[in-house]
Amino acid sequence: MSDNVAPPAKPVKTTGLHVGDPAPGVKKVDPIIIADGVKRTFGGLTAVDVEHVEIPRNAITALIGPNGAGKTTFFNLLTGFDKPDEGKWQFDGRSLAHVPAYRVARMGLIRTFQLTKALGLLTVLDNMKLGAKHQAGENLFRSILPFLWRKQEEEIEQKAQELLTRFKLDAKQEDYAASLSGGQRKLLEMARALMSDPQLVMLDEPMAGVNPALTQSLLDHILDLKAQGMTVLFVEHDMHMVRHIADWVIVMAEGKIVAEGDPHEVMRDPAVIDAYLGAHHDTDLGDDDPDAAEHVNAMKELIDDEQ
Amino acid sequence: MIDWIQIFSNAAQELISPTTAAYALAALGLAIHFGYTGLLNFGQAGFMALGAYGYAISTLSFGFPVWASVLVGIGASIVFALILGIPTLRLRADYLAIVTIAAAEILRLIFTTNTFDDITGSASGLQGYKGGLAALNPIPPGTYGFGPFTYNAYDWWIRILGWTVVILAALFTWLLMRSPWGRVIKGIREDEDAVRALGKNVYSYKMQSLILGGVFGTLAGMIFIMPRAVVPANYQTSLTFFIYAILLLGGAATILGPIVGSMIFWVLLSFFSGFISRGVEAGWFPFMTQVQAGQLRFILVGIVIMLLVVFRPQGIFGNKKELAFVR
Amino acid sequence: MADEGGTDGQAEEFEYFFSGNVKYNDEPLEGVRISVSGRGFEAETETDENGQWRLGVPEKEAYEVSLDEDTLPEGVVVEDGQSTVDAEFGLTKNKAVNFFLGEGQRVTTNYAAQVLIRVVNGLNFGLLLALAAIGLSLIFGTTGLSNFAHAEMITFGALMMLTFSTTLGVPVWLAIIIAIVLSAGLGWGLDAVIWKPLRKRGVALIPLMIVSIGLSLALRYTYQFFYGGSTRQLPGATLPREIQLGPILLSWIDVVSMATSVVVLLGVAYFLLRTRIGKATRAVSDNAPLAAASGIDVDRVIRIVWVLGAALAGLSGILWAYFRPGVSWDMGFQILLLIFAAVTLGGLGTAFGALVGSLIVGLFIEVSTLWLPSDMKYVGALLVLILVLLFRPQGILGRRERIG
Repeated sequence: MSDNVAPPAKPVKTTGLHVGDPAPGVKKVDPIIIADGVKRTFGGLTAVDVEHVEIPRNAITALIGPNGAGKTTFFNLLTGFDKPDEGKWQFDGRSLAHVPAYRVARMGLIRTFQLTKALGLLTVLDNMKLGAKHQAGENLFRSILPFLWRKQEEEIEQKAQELLTRFKLDAKQEDYAASLSGGQRKLLEMARALMSDPQLVMLDEPMAGVNPALTQSLLDHILDLKAQGMTVLFVEHDMHMVRHIADWVIVMAEGKIVAEGDPHEVMRDPAVIDAYLGAHHDTDLGDDDPDAAEHVNAMKELIDDEQ
Repeated sequence: MIDWIQIFSNAAQELISPTTAAYALAALGLAIHFGYTGLLNFGQAGFMALGAYGYAISTLSFGFPVWASVLVGIGASIVFALILGIPTLRLRADYLAIVTIAAAEILRLIFTTNTFDDITGSASGLQGYKGGLAALNPIPPGTYGFGPFTYNAYDWWIRILGWTVVILAALFTWLLMRSPWGRVIKGIREDEDAVRALGKNVYSYKMQSLILGGVFGTLAGMIFIMPRAVVPANYQTSLTFFIYAILLLGGAATILGPIVGSMIFWVLLSFFSGFISRGVEAGWFPFMTQVQAGQLRFILVGIVIMLLVVFRPQGIFGNKKELAFVR
Repeated sequence: MADEGGTDGQAEEFEYFFSGNVKYNDEPLEGVRISVSGRGFEAETETDENGQWRLGVPEKEAYEVSLDEDTLPEGVVVEDGQSTVDAEFGLTKNKAVNFFLGEGQRVTTNYAAQVLIRVVNGLNFGLLLALAAIGLSLIFGTTGLSNFAHAEMITFGALMMLTFSTTLGVPVWLAIIIAIVLSAGLGWGLDAVIWKPLRKRGVALIPLMIVSIGLSLALRYTYQFFYGGSTRQLPGATLPREIQLGPILLSWIDVVSMATSVVVLLGVAYFLLRTRIGKATRAVSDNAPLAAASGIDVDRVIRIVWVLGAALAGLSGILWAYFRPGVSWDMGFQILLLIFAAVTLGGLGTAFGALVGSLIVGLFIEVSTLWLPSDMKYVGALLVLILVLLFRPQGILGRRERIG
């Protein structure tokens, strides 16, 4: 895996994002998301219990942690797909408590999913168009009068085609999305997210199941988002990728934030190594457990890298 | 000897009968629900009953003119859709199925009970509401047409009205489904979380779809009662199932499917019952009585539903790639 | 199912009539309310100034004709308490039904006693619903299928019982056993011929549900094809109510029916909680892939669930035939929604939830007749279903996570 992500040029890292020493919950110079006391339990199990966290604006932040650390649940809470038991959190100064998922998306916070949600029964182009905001034709009564929305539709189509060209999917635009490969679906989902000109893009494991040949292109696209002034928050298991593109890393374990910092420094943090070892130790499911294998890999990568 | 001409001519009449139009329109409503949005509405019979009773009661009990009676029916079905949708559209798909089927039965039982006999006519139903519509008939009295399609002025009038409504509804649906609204709806059919994440109010779209398809069902209910009386026993759950059979026959996510499906359904059903019934008369099927011959066609409908779902889920007009079953 | 297909030219007038003359001491009584009910049809009328009445019915079948004693003059009652009679047409399209009036005071039952009677009836009904509901729930739990053809599995048990006891003259106890065994065979056959092949094809759940709807229609009308549209009684269905428990009068059939339900339900509970295969069933319900991975033969479990579910449904059908009373081709379909309601109330896919849900539905329906007209009693139960979904969608015993 590591050979495939060897970058052609080292991306420029954004630094000076935080105020004071890097520690869990450290203040940021210009946070786009601030979460306070966000807690979510399932039955008796605490999935997420975040005391305080800030996500820096116009930077790439990685959210890492062993499986079951609550990363995806935290994503769901931030984007309105799940409701916390308590806590408050805001996006760009506006509270997100009790805001339904679709409104969160309209505010400029767009997410993708761990299992890609490209709509297989729509064409690639229709998938893209669905991502555009403020469409007059999406109103039931206006929709039957095409002259009210045809012009906007053409603009949207043009924008979609530009994005598809950028993501090298333009040749497939008339195909059903179901015919795309796993990696192409990830690209489509990311491109679709950009149709709404979001401020913050949240990617849930963008690299999972992607053909190595496509990883470089995906990485470049993520870096591109920052270059265009967007903020990126992503969940990832591939430590090389995290180190390669992330400006800031937040580590979760058992629902809590256990460490934060610059990608190189945070991996030296004993709390991080504990988190991964601890998760492995606690689950103790046997040798053939894929999670355990993954954790061991992640550990090896961490240790290799720091030597 | 079998009177083949009679059998064929009866079957041909079904092609443009108001009943066929009503089923086509109700199936088009279901196509919006089930085919395009993925909503499992098992209460289309309830929406049709609201159309029938809404119209008949407004006319008989309150003396409303035709347009007002139609609006009452539509209003009732919008309220019904809201009542059904508010609790269930946030839940898993099969909850809507259970709630709609139960709600349609509640309506039928309320229309059947003796308690409201003064208004609903209980089990014997209502009649005598056709005057308003007949008065609007521009066709001079007389008999028109050719061959099997020879009807009096009223019969032509309700056929023309019925099919006009069907064609308008089909055009409306066609425009909708190729618009951005239709794109959102089809997205929801496949994965509502994906659509939600793109900033669309999924709940509201599902509600709009439920109301729209329900209003089509209501209009269908009004067409349905123009050639007959309003009888509560007509609005049983099986009515909904027959409409599903038509929808699956034509293709769930198509515009033409429900209409042509309804024509094929009624023509074949009429031909089949005519043939079997005459066959029994002629002694071809000594093991069967006339009554049994009548039941055979329902057995057939059941078997056709099963075979279609398994072997040709996209129906006659559907696109296999875009087949409509979700989750 | 009058005019199922809704073809043109529906009869707007009835062809068959009940009629009669209400007189007391040769004086005609005006304004006495007479009602007819049966086969899903209800109608009522009042006597005219000559004491005469006439009521049309859609079919040439047996109906219950009742005289409302409240509309008789003070001090007049129907003799021998025969204010409700079963009436059946002879060769003609008219049938005269007469009530014999005499002097007397009406025996009124006090309110508490009425409640008690309804509760016992409700328990009886709820228990027989539970037999069917548990099967439906187990099938839903293990396969995800909402089986609309469950109604026809209920009817099948009653029809087999009718065939063997009434038609072939087999002793009742043996006929019951034969009917249940044949029902189990039906479950085995349906799974082998239809559901297992469809599972193997990977047909999704909603198409499967629609297949079950098609199957339900086909089976139901097949029953009507062979058994006709009439209602027939099982042996012993008309036994008098001679067991007095306080204010409650029960027949032996009621007592045996309730006892049978309780014993069988305990047996099912034992099966699910204590036996290996029962535990495997619950494991498959909980998480089929995990169960398969831990060495449970999922297909075998599902086959057993179908056999068990069908046998329970068959027994439920026999009891339902005694409770209604009568065997008819669509009797299962009449309670299908109530069973769905019971299963949903208890929490989809949980067997014990189905039991609790059934008892609630049964009790609610019977007790609600104290203040609801009897032809509206199912309305209340279905409304409760919708309300429960509104406030507690996972059902009474269900887990929140299940509704996804």
